[in-house]
Amino acid sequence: MERTQKQVQSATEYNEPKTGADLLVEALINEGVDTLFGYPGGAALPIFDALYKAQDAFEQILARHEQGSIHAAEGYARVSGKPGIVVATSGPGATNLVTGIADAMIDSLPMVIITGQVAQGVIGTDAFQEVDVMGVTTPITKHNYQVRDVKDLPRIVKEAFHIATTGRPGPVLIDMPKDISGEVIEAEFKPNVELDLPGYQPTTKPNPLQTKKLAEAIGNAKKPVLLTGAGILFAKASEEVLEFAEKYSLPVASTLLGLGAFPGDHPLFMGMAGMHGTYASNTALYECDLLINIGARFDDRLTGKLTSFAPNATVAHIDIDPAEIGKNVATDIPIVGDAKAALKKLLSHDIKQPEHDEWLVRIHENKENYPLWFNNPDQEMIGQWVIKKVHEATKGNAIVTTDVGQHQMWTAQYYTFTKPDKWVSSGGLGTMGFGFPAAIGAQLAKPDETVVAIVGDGGFQMTLQELSILQEKGLPVKVIIVNNQALGMVRQWQEKFYAERYSQSIFSIQPDFVKLAESYDVKGIQVKTQDEFIKALPEIFDYEGPVVVDARVLQQENVFPMIAPGTGLNEMIGVKP
Amino acid sequence: MKRIITATVRNRSGVLNRITSLLQRRQFNIESISVGRTETEGMSKMTFVVDVEDSQKLEQVTKQLNKQIDVIKVSDITDKAIVARELALIKIVSNSQLRAEIQGIIEPFRASIIDVSKDSLSIQVTGKPDKVEALIELLRPYGIKELARTGLTAFVRGQQPNTDGSFQSLLG
Repeated sequence: MERTQKQVQSATEYNEPKTGADLLVEALINEGVDTLFGYPGGAALPIFDALYKAQDAFEQILARHEQGSIHAAEGYARVSGKPGIVVATSGPGATNLVTGIADAMIDSLPMVIITGQVAQGVIGTDAFQEVDVMGVTTPITKHNYQVRDVKDLPRIVKEAFHIATTGRPGPVLIDMPKDISGEVIEAEFKPNVELDLPGYQPTTKPNPLQTKKLAEAIGNAKKPVLLTGAGILFAKASEEVLEFAEKYSLPVASTLLGLGAFPGDHPLFMGMAGMHGTYASNTALYECDLLINIGARFDDRLTGKLTSFAPNATVAHIDIDPAEIGKNVATDIPIVGDAKAALKKLLSHDIKQPEHDEWLVRIHENKENYPLWFNNPDQEMIGQWVIKKVHEATKGNAIVTTDVGQHQMWTAQYYTFTKPDKWVSSGGLGTMGFGFPAAIGAQLAKPDETVVAIVGDGGFQMTLQELSILQEKGLPVKVIIVNNQALGMVRQWQEKFYAERYSQSIFSIQPDFVKLAESYDVKGIQVKTQDEFIKALPEIFDYEGPVVVDARVLQQENVFPMIAPGTGLNEMIGVKP
Repeated sequence: MKRIITATVRNRSGVLNRITSLLQRRQFNIESISVGRTETEGMSKMTFVVDVEDSQKLEQVTKQLNKQIDVIKVSDITDKAIVARELALIKIVSNSQLRAEIQGIIEPFRASIIDVSKDSLSIQVTGKPDKVEALIELLRPYGIKELARTGLTAFVRGQQPNTDGSFQSLLG
């Protein structure tokens, strides 16, 4: 925290009058920002000038594309629990952030995004680099602001951080017209930083009548299941959920994003549920008579066909966002509140032990008889095997980020997450190009931990220009490209559902990833066989700097088991070899 | 089913856009929206008439509206004792011979003629949507040249009927 000693190299030290941009930067420092991802441009120049003056106050990261900045900020937010901060310019700067904003919105990541905007005098005239950023981002932000009066700025920043980080976290955008950033603040101006949000009062304490109702339902359940979502991670409620599950011997299924909220190696854990979930989890969700969803939004990739989702269950749903309750699945016991507060309240109730020994036996048998499987070829590599080896080499302790696709599902299946906040993936939006920059953000948040980006050859080629940051900031991120020379999941769907018509999903030409890494002064390794990979593992993980591994895997390998689109949890295919 | 929902919102820039965009992207079917200032400075009230399939969809509309930062309060007032009004301006084909006949039609509706020209009449009517609808249908045969409706605006009555049928003051 040396930085804070030196902080606020304010405008006065430069003998210049204070501007709106200086006020913005001071407000960021007040909010405890320590890392900022930015990309400059004309309309944001006053802000970048103010950032120059404040360069000792916090770490500033220049990505090579705005999309890289925002995915890095997302990774930072997911791992640190602090909001990710991004500054970009107007027009293309802002629109290049759109994917990341939407990604953060659907995965509930706290973010504060600041965009430059053309001066107020030319807003609405199709000025150079003008885009209606408010219009574009209204549907994909938790809230957004356009600053119209420089005096509102301190309040707006305070509100933005409050909204982004409380209730259901999400991205908040502040659009800064250039004249506001450049406006000189009158010397006598005293900022008003009172929160003024009468319409925003998130319910964190659960209704005790509802928790009591759930407590009674648990006592009467014969086939209870606990579904753990990412809401548990945001609420830092992993200890409580473990205690709760153990106290009543509740079998646990996890959503994709909830992995790590409950220990993946625990006897009560059944694995991930949903499209590529385990047979034990999906069968339990189909057969259960009580489903307790904590902090998951019943995504369609989890539920499959809704009529086959927990058809005979009493459904309890604990969520901080009331609009999630009953949105997709009819809920019998709605509990609006913070997962930690709700679990503490539930633990305080005197609950009768459920009599569900038969159920536990059935679940245990399903786990034993229908485990995840893959056919291991002799020397050639497949994605599942690669992930297992990465898991062994890192002893399951690494922070792992992924893109979307086959490698993501294999990581969810075979990298057993036992601790919270180690898993960073684009769940709701399924964003290619997310994994690598997210790893950069994660490594900045946790410099002492091993950060592994498991990416596909498709997704990596969307944001690989951010390799620049690795050497620039000395980040030892390990990038494992699960390279099947194809868009694996697209190829899989084309194989299964489009009669093997592989339209635009096979890459006939690829860069030499080793040379590419080396051109960015990053160590590059190509491995083609199992022996080569095993030999390379110490080289990858004992090496102090960043590494890019081009792991050549079989193109034809598919992700199993699977619930085909439009079918139910009870209709899994590929459960057995 | 048609429902009447009111929302009290802050007069912040873009609030109407925020709400209509929300309703559009979640595929809620809006029949009408009316917006205006309220007795409190900085606050506006919106009245929506929505056509929703079921109560689950209705619950989503109100929850999603409530989730907006600038929305202070959302109420479904359909089943309450309410006052609800809409204003319509109807320009119809007419001439001097027809004027008395039309006057006779609109009088029971307490509508009024607000503009007269050689070949047209403009009529203003205020009331519940079904009354407005009924008058429009009666006037249609004459030939409607132009029609403008405000959409419904409404609030709950000062007194709500008790379950036993008697009235109880909401203020009491």
